[in-house]
Amino acid sequence: MNDYFRKYKNLMMLTVFIGATIIALIPLFGVLGYVVKNGLSALNLQFFVNLPKAMGLPGGGMANAIAGTLIMVLIASALGIPIGILAAIYLTEYDRHSWLSTAVRFATDVLTGIPSIIVGIVIYTAVVLRMGNFSALAGGLSLAVIMIPLIIRSTEEMLKLVSHSIREAGFALGISKAKTILKIVLPTAAKGIITGAMLAVARVAGETAPLLFTALGNQYWSRSLNEPTASLPVQIFQYATSPYKEWHQLAWAGSLVLILMVITLNLVARYAFRSRSI
Amino acid sequence: MSKKRILTTSMGDQTLRLLTLLMAVSVLVLMAWMGWQMFDAARLSIQKFGLSFITNRVWDPVKEQFGALPFIYGTLVTSLLALLLAAPIGLGVAIFLNEMAESKFRAVVGFLVEMLAAIPSVVYGLWGIFVLAPWLRETVEPGLAKWLGFIPLFQGTPVGFGMLAGGLILAVMILPTIAAISREVMAAVPNMQREAALALGATKWEMIRVAVLPYAKSGIMGGIMLGLGRALGETMAVTMVIGNRPDILPSLFAPAYSMAAVIANEFTEATYDLYLSALVEIGLILFGITLVLNFFARLLVWSVARGPKGGNVV
Repeated sequence: MNDYFRKYKNLMMLTVFIGATIIALIPLFGVLGYVVKNGLSALNLQFFVNLPKAMGLPGGGMANAIAGTLIMVLIASALGIPIGILAAIYLTEYDRHSWLSTAVRFATDVLTGIPSIIVGIVIYTAVVLRMGNFSALAGGLSLAVIMIPLIIRSTEEMLKLVSHSIREAGFALGISKAKTILKIVLPTAAKGIITGAMLAVARVAGETAPLLFTALGNQYWSRSLNEPTASLPVQIFQYATSPYKEWHQLAWAGSLVLILMVITLNLVARYAFRSRSI
Repeated sequence: MSKKRILTTSMGDQTLRLLTLLMAVSVLVLMAWMGWQMFDAARLSIQKFGLSFITNRVWDPVKEQFGALPFIYGTLVTSLLALLLAAPIGLGVAIFLNEMAESKFRAVVGFLVEMLAAIPSVVYGLWGIFVLAPWLRETVEPGLAKWLGFIPLFQGTPVGFGMLAGGLILAVMILPTIAAISREVMAAVPNMQREAALALGATKWEMIRVAVLPYAKSGIMGGIMLGLGRALGETMAVTMVIGNRPDILPSLFAPAYSMAAVIANEFTEATYDLYLSALVEIGLILFGITLVLNFFARLLVWSVARGPKGGNVV
């Protein structure tokens, strides 16, 4: 009798967990479904080649926003990836256990939890106010700040997987430590590091809040990196909160493009660069 | 080996060592610098309003009246609501994936749950405006008012845009964080614990209850706190569905405002120094809260799954 009750309870709890998982996945399919449905009907060639048009006029696009996003993500990657990888090298190759590396590791973890809008405020007061204008540079910089802790974390994990015998083999051949790291350890972990970097890129590509007051946005092409620059997420935000139907359509189309970008990066990172060897 | 050769290699070594050290230290500098920058920019407002800034409930830039209480209230209510919904579901997902699912199924469902975290916040917001809010207004809120209307939380006109919408969308967004961290700490539970429980005749649920959950408890708490941290600072999706009105009303249906949302909406429109400074001070409060929360959350997670040497955390 008692056993019967326990088995019944077991079955009930396991059903609850399956139920929780199903509930968790409903919003995913809800969001993806609506974005695909509404986005596809609004997406066309003009979207990719035209500039935004005034409300009411058909045929507007987000060409400048797509370009702006690419440029700012590129700036962020150019800064964030090297800094992150170098810092991770320090944490794994030079100093694993001191109070300093523990502090850096801890700060890195804490930084990943700081709201991205805070980064926007800081870059605004430190860069935009000083330079006197909103710019792609400031936008890229704020994305870089978000990227650095992500890259450090993922690179560190990958470098730690490289077995010590590989490093020792380098030293045994009389190769300097710097060369061992750069020519042996890094290439061994390269796949994993690239995966981490792509996931970080995917993450910052969708960031809106830090761009609101660093890159601002632009209805036209930006002629230099030192000008206000449009980005896909900010443009989606502005169109979604506008009262015009045409702009809502464009916001859905923009979301579809953004989601495709992010999911593709995620999938490629996970499957194409998945490393089995280390 | 010539003397010169030794010299150059050691120079290369020194350079790389110094360079990497510099980059590692830059993380610490970055964090301190961010705090300082914000404090500096918020100074005007801090000096002018002092503590009354967080107790004053009037936000009226035209009259130079700045009180952050409505934003703190909106942020707390939506975040707690999100936590109430996402914590049990996230934990359920983690248990299902870690303890029940077959490995192939686990990979697929695990990936899907991670995709929830990959969808940009602004896309959630768009979906919130055109799908979630109308659904709440027409179906959910009238239903809640009918059955639970005696509680003040569920009274008032169904608007759709309000704290309920904000809390729901936040729940979706923090669920993957809670699930991922709970999974990680549960994976760190030694298998011997499970086997011991099973050997004593425990059912699967009893095994989870006596051998897995107690061991992973503090890490799961840490995961929930990290989720809370995410909810407090989440900006775009909340801005788009919370209704953006600086009022303090008991009803979850009522439009409200959050700390991050007011910064996002008004920052570029702040026309004078004190206004901007007040907005930065809201940011500073947010920064302080998330910093402390993350600090303790990471301590808890580290105590189970990582230790100073590390494991895998999102």
